[in-house]
Amino acid sequence: MSNPSEINGGSAVAMIGKDCVAIACDLRLGLQSVTVSGDFEKIFQYGGNFVAFTGLATDVQTVSTELRQKHALYEMVEERSMEPNTAAHLVSSMLYSRRFAPWFVGPLVAGINSTTGEPYVCSFDSIGSMDVSHDFVVTGTATNQLYGMAESLYEKDMSPEQLFETISQTLLCAADRDAITGSGGLVYVIEKNGKVTKKLLKSRQD
Amino acid sequence: MDILLGIRTQNEVLLITSRSLARGISVLKSDDVKVLECNKHTALAFSGEPGDTTNFVEFIRANVRLYGFQNKQELTTHAVASYARKELATSLRSRKPYQVNILVAGHNGTPELHWIDYLGTNVTLPYAAHGYASYYVLSTLDRWWTETLTLEEGLELARKCIDELEKRMPIDFKGCNIHVVDQNGVRLHE
Repeated sequence: MSNPSEINGGSAVAMIGKDCVAIACDLRLGLQSVTVSGDFEKIFQYGGNFVAFTGLATDVQTVSTELRQKHALYEMVEERSMEPNTAAHLVSSMLYSRRFAPWFVGPLVAGINSTTGEPYVCSFDSIGSMDVSHDFVVTGTATNQLYGMAESLYEKDMSPEQLFETISQTLLCAADRDAITGSGGLVYVIEKNGKVTKKLLKSRQD
Repeated sequence: MDILLGIRTQNEVLLITSRSLARGISVLKSDDVKVLECNKHTALAFSGEPGDTTNFVEFIRANVRLYGFQNKQELTTHAVASYARKELATSLRSRKPYQVNILVAGHNGTPELHWIDYLGTNVTLPYAAHGYASYYVLSTLDRWWTETLTLEEGLELARKCIDELEKRMPIDFKGCNIHVVDQNGVRLHE
């Protein structure tokens, strides 16, 4: 457990539906096996873009605040909102700028392109390699469990309601098989019309 | 092995810290105070590598005070915690990082407690503990803590935690100091 990415624990998942995307994370923050907090949110909103950071909690906080600054500066200079693919490239270059002393984070980006209306999800490794997906992306200490659940529950072109149900079950079932992920969950469903729903999930608290 | 405990009650925050200062196998001091008044309404409790700890918290206090003088506006507890976190997070990737764990307790209208470890992980919590003590007291706090504790009930809960520590800790930590942070500032209880 000297792996920095596995000290605090935590996982996240994002999925594409029909004209919608969903992104979800757990709420646990721990020190190895001891749970320190049960309301540590790992999803951050940057305009219409939602970014989840898993990994070392101190780096989650550092990178998420640095991204907030960069996002605000982009919108001021460019006088327009940031598209999800732009946000993804920004995250990627931020991480690669630390190629030889990386931030120990595994980010996910989710959003809907405001001009094309295309839903977008993307995952990264800790040095910024992008993985743009057409269905779902996962990250965190429960990566394997999330892949297993998402692989079996995911269907194409789900409605926002179906997508919420699928992503919630994916997260909750995966978290039950990882000791350092859990303490509840958080789900955002983002629709093409700009509607955003935030829902908290309850789960076992041990 | 130092004990660092924080409990937020309805109108105040309690900081419970052990009174022993040990070096190797010797106890050098049995009336040590591990809490520093940062500004009028914010206190820092600290543990970790001796030397690093005092240097770090005094550095934070100096800069928080300087900010207060320069801007005629004191930093809030939240701001102090964010500032301390940033310093620890920056230090983590330096040649010799600060090995300091802190609790930031304050009262700006409402009481608040921040838990910050040497990595720079900053979380706001209703009750918190650092180090080995956390293994013993966290379950007691989970069982008895409520949102509406009075000062007396808070002190009673602190007593429960200290009793547990005295029973289970393998070393004599020479009792505990209890600092109370409320709207009137920081004070040492009894």
